[in-house]
Amino acid sequence: MRRSDIAFWTGAALFLLAVLLASLLLRNEYPFFAGYVILQFIVLAVAWSILGGAAGYVNFGTNAFFGAGVYTAVFLTKAFGAPLLVQIAVAAAVGSLLGFAVGLLTLRMQGIFFSIATIALAIIIETTVMNWRYVGGAAGIQLQRPPVTAPFDSYVKMLFFVQALLVVVSVAITRYIQHSWIGRGLQALKDDELAAECTGVPTLRLKMLACVLSGALLAAAGAPAAMYLQYADPSSAFNLNYSVSVLAMALIGGTAHWIGPVLGAILLGSTQQVLAVTISSEVNVLVLGIMLVLFVVGAPKGLIGLFRSFSPRTGARK
Amino acid sequence: MDRRTLLGGAMAVAALGMTSASRADEPPIRIGMSMPQTGGLAAGGKASLLGIEIWRDDVNARGGLLGRKVELVVYDDKSSASETPAIYAKLLDVDKVDLLFAPYATVPTAPIMPLVKQRGMLLMGNFSFQVNSKIHHDMWFNNAPWGPADAWARGFLGLGQKAGGKTVAMLSADQEFAQNLITTARDVAKKMDLSVVFDQTYPPSTAEFSSIIRALNAAKPDIVYVASYPPDSAAILRAVNEIGVGDNVKIFGGAMVGLQFAGVMENLGSLLNGVVNYNSWLPEPSMYFDGTKAFFETYSKRAVEAKVDPLGYYLPPYGFAMGQLIEQAVTATKSLDQKTLAKYLREHVHKTIVGSIEFAEDGEWKETATLEAQFRGVKDKNLDQFRSSGKQVILFPERLKTGELITPFEAARN
Amino acid sequence: MFSWDLLRDAVVLGMLLGCFYAAVSVGLSISFGLLDVPQVAHPAFLVLASYGVYLLNDLYDLDPLIAGFLLTPVFFLLGLVTYRLYYETFERRGSEAGVRGIAFFFGVAFIIEVLIILWFGVDQRSVTAHYIGKAWRFGGLRIPLRQLVAFGVAIALTGLLSIYLSQTFMGRAIRAVVQDEEGLRLMGANPVKIKQFAFGIATAVLGIAGALLIIVAPVEPTLDRVYIGRTFCVVVMAGLGSITGTLVAAIILGVAETIVLTLFGASWAPAVSFAMLLGILAVRPQGLLGR
Repeated sequence: MRRSDIAFWTGAALFLLAVLLASLLLRNEYPFFAGYVILQFIVLAVAWSILGGAAGYVNFGTNAFFGAGVYTAVFLTKAFGAPLLVQIAVAAAVGSLLGFAVGLLTLRMQGIFFSIATIALAIIIETTVMNWRYVGGAAGIQLQRPPVTAPFDSYVKMLFFVQALLVVVSVAITRYIQHSWIGRGLQALKDDELAAECTGVPTLRLKMLACVLSGALLAAAGAPAAMYLQYADPSSAFNLNYSVSVLAMALIGGTAHWIGPVLGAILLGSTQQVLAVTISSEVNVLVLGIMLVLFVVGAPKGLIGLFRSFSPRTGARK
Repeated sequence: MDRRTLLGGAMAVAALGMTSASRADEPPIRIGMSMPQTGGLAAGGKASLLGIEIWRDDVNARGGLLGRKVELVVYDDKSSASETPAIYAKLLDVDKVDLLFAPYATVPTAPIMPLVKQRGMLLMGNFSFQVNSKIHHDMWFNNAPWGPADAWARGFLGLGQKAGGKTVAMLSADQEFAQNLITTARDVAKKMDLSVVFDQTYPPSTAEFSSIIRALNAAKPDIVYVASYPPDSAAILRAVNEIGVGDNVKIFGGAMVGLQFAGVMENLGSLLNGVVNYNSWLPEPSMYFDGTKAFFETYSKRAVEAKVDPLGYYLPPYGFAMGQLIEQAVTATKSLDQKTLAKYLREHVHKTIVGSIEFAEDGEWKETATLEAQFRGVKDKNLDQFRSSGKQVILFPERLKTGELITPFEAARN
Repeated sequence: MFSWDLLRDAVVLGMLLGCFYAAVSVGLSISFGLLDVPQVAHPAFLVLASYGVYLLNDLYDLDPLIAGFLLTPVFFLLGLVTYRLYYETFERRGSEAGVRGIAFFFGVAFIIEVLIILWFGVDQRSVTAHYIGKAWRFGGLRIPLRQLVAFGVAIALTGLLSIYLSQTFMGRAIRAVVQDEEGLRLMGANPVKIKQFAFGIATAVLGIAGALLIIVAPVEPTLDRVYIGRTFCVVVMAGLGSITGTLVAAIILGVAETIVLTLFGASWAPAVSFAMLLGILAVRPQGLLGR
């Protein structure tokens, strides 16, 4: 193990320990409700940037993967009463299949064509779910939570912890990709797909791999949402806001390093949570738009770009 | 405010007079809720909130509840189900509110039901539909005129059957509220021996209804039951006007959301004539109760500054009535204990500006007061015409009726 | 529930609807199709134009089409400004313009949506005109007059744009700048100016398209989300930048949607049009009449 690996895993372990301790000690449930949403967005933003950052493929269909995760969990709960971890695992499998399908369909597509294809996919999946009566269709479905597992005393705290685990998993995967040949290959793909192919980079395989990994994580992040809300309806689960928010988070944070989407999600996610309970009006949505435009125009490399321009040493850490 | 409320208020103040000096510096009673103020449900949410605010100002002007001021803690849920759990957790754990109101509509309400039940809180529902049917929360009181689940469809289909209808066409939006309604309507049609000759669900993004109405027309139904959503309701009526639904049709409408809102009604004008649609309050003689008139006088003044529905028949009086229900329970029991309040609400008949309310076991109204009313003599581009009676004649329920159905639909349109 | 009458009516109504789709997409066909600008805010500008038309109609009782025509210079300027901003921040800097450009326009769309809500509120708005709410009879077939108006205007609009791009000097310059920017620069023309002008035209067209949008159906602030899919679907299906292709693709989309709405389950309509798009993208990424 290299020194940076040790630092990373110690950090991850400390993070999980802190989350665990918080959920055992704190009585007030609100931080967990709000924190869950922020953690969920971290996973989504990190997972999105596997494809969107490293490979430069802008996935507009985040909501399709998220919703697929939600409805996988709904189906499993209704049909088998499956436990949470099974729901997440199966959702990840469904997400990876979906990612595989997207990869296959869009083999030769680049740039905005890829983005449009993902929008189309999102609408097709949403329509399918709307017409699928077993999981409630357009009318939505209410779900009952199973009893909570020890050592947690409330289900939301458990979900908070599980989502924190997913954060660690997704960051670890992204970090591994960035440090390995996959990351360098994807980088080459983004710079010039044709040139990459000519120099022997297996572009198609890399793209498929990125699609599958990203898809699996996006859907996995969606799965616990079914139990978090104890309710699912297609228009909320497939809300376009997920796509926009996640895109904004990744770009505001910067996609050159895994910490970018994490920072972006924390910044934007907590801003949204705070605004939701302070301003409570259209201005709330306006902030998302203005932040997105300001960052995209003013800070092309996102927050990490800003940090690097202030202190060149952090930049060298990658 | 009318005399009774004034008097009641004065008496309440007098009764509390002795203690009010010491209670004046007590913290206010905080009522927490989320309300859709952006997104698809915002138009209704904002109007509903104004109704509740008018009640708050009214009760505070009369000295508050138990001598304490009433304060509302309101957050925007963006019309989305995913926002409300965190908001209600904050209301309970951080703001520590004394009482909870639900947000307007089913989607934002559904996810908070388990949380509220688990915390043992009383929840006043705001126009959601059958949201408690699986959760069975015994402190849920839905302040909406729906009544039993099948009453709505029974009212409308019953009118159609009485007019000689035998076949039904159903057109519904692929959306939560409309789907819940149409599902019960299918059962009711079966029980009433009506045969369903057309049953289509249209997607929310539909831009043009001419072709759907053309297909509906081809099925030659007697009764047309439409469960549509705001942007579509107007588009459907236009298409009906242009394409026609056929001479067989005895009655058209039922559950078109949107035709209750002033802006839509003003725009559609004479296209509305003949349509029989649901509503929750209308300026008909049978609908005035104690305080109703005074409420609308205040509302029409304040709606202008608040930029919400200038007529405000659909949700605002119920927002006010929701406050009245809580006020009566708190004043009568002199308590803020959730169980005590729930017991009172369950066991008594409550007089409000939308009529007498009695709750059934499941927290819905015992009797339906979902009005089915027929638009008549409506002219184009005139908002104030809807303030007078006779423009929307109530046909159902029997006890609130102000006229008879004009049938067939084509004849009623002129 | 099949009958030949129904099929015939579905095809006719679908063609009319398709022409309307062409009118709202044709601007995008220039800005995205020809100029490669990922104009995701196109539908938001469209809805904004509809609200402009609503305002003029409501205040001065102007015919919506005339109101839309009056708006075109305003939108032309708006287009010039937008392109300048986009060019200065993205195209000139080069790398990653695609990703951030999309995000930029998404942000713009959001801001427009909210500004409309703050200004007009969330209620839906519609206009009045003597041709709204009436229908023409052709035998057993009844066609809404507003659809015929949309049809006529759409045909005129695409026809004029097509002629403009192929016959006029500026139109040819726009085509040239797309094919060989460097060559044009060598000839002493300023490609950025030409592109900016073209983007202005693409946005100006939205004045009239916005009028059609509010003539055909009432509008609400978030209506743009529905049209992101539809307009991009049409432009991609058409093959980028082809104006006639836009008309053909829009008609195919309109007819397909209408047939599914009328004869199969209406609730499957959105999936069908997008499945078509996915299919075309996968098999023939250059579109039906691609360049």
